Amino acid sequence: MMAVGLHHFLVLSALLFVLGLLAVITKKNAVTVLMGIELILNAANINFIAFSRYVDTDLDGQLFALFVIITAAAAAAVALAIVLNIYKQMRSVNLDEADTLAG
Amino acid sequence: MNYFDLTFYVFAIGAVVSAGMMVFSRNLIYCAVGLLFALASVAGIYVLLGADFLAATQLMVYVGGIVALLLFGIMLSVKFTGVELRTGTLQMLPGLMIAAGLFLLLVRMVFRTEWAVNQPGEMLPTTSTIGKRIMTDLLIPFEIASILLLVALIGAAYMARRERT
Repeated sequence: MMAVGLHHFLVLSALLFVLGLLAVITKKNAVTVLMGIELILNAANINFIAFSRYVDTDLDGQLFALFVIITAAAAAAVALAIVLNIYKQMRSVNLDEADTLAG
Repeated sequence: MNYFDLTFYVFAIGAVVSAGMMVFSRNLIYCAVGLLFALASVAGIYVLLGADFLAATQLMVYVGGIVALLLFGIMLSVKFTGVELRTGTLQMLPGLMIAAGLFLLLVRMVFRTEWAVNQPGEMLPTTSTIGKRIMTDLLIPFEIASILLLVALIGAAYMARRERT
């Protein structure tokens, strides 16, 4: 078994990304789709920080990851407000039922 | 196998197992708890990569903030009368196929690319460097992020409040 290096972190990040994508495309509930998005953002952050340690050796990747965390927090707050509004309008947060605009 | 590798595998397996629990569980509360442990394990991975400040931020913002927010979202948007605390899934088979294909593609890319790997240096505290960088060459992104957070706060509060007209 080879020593843990950049590849291990990249594969872990790919796995988390794929799981987050799976949550986004298969879940019906809007809140779980949001959880999948958070998981995807975390996978991207692992990549940023791993490259910042093994390739760049500067802190640029960590700073970028910090801004990703900030944006994710803002996105989660706004998305939850939207989900609550959808629930108020349709009494359901299932994304396949929120089709009022569909023809 | 040294302690670094052992810790990595502990956190990596923890993150993947709890993320899998989040994806494949039908109970919304189990989903949230899975996400909680996945995010906490990712904070451990950050520590292994020498990002101490980001690990603390991850624990505070994600584990303390976003997961609590998501739990509020679940609680406020389910009917407690029945068994509505569950989520269905749509198109699981094509989703699994797409996910597995993308994962194989990504792993192939990771192992076939010649990364310009440098020998990682000693792990130093990063907080002071991050603070200096934010206040000097990243000042404008920092201010824009502050305005973004303010706008998101006001917008979310405005959208989520009850209409009283």
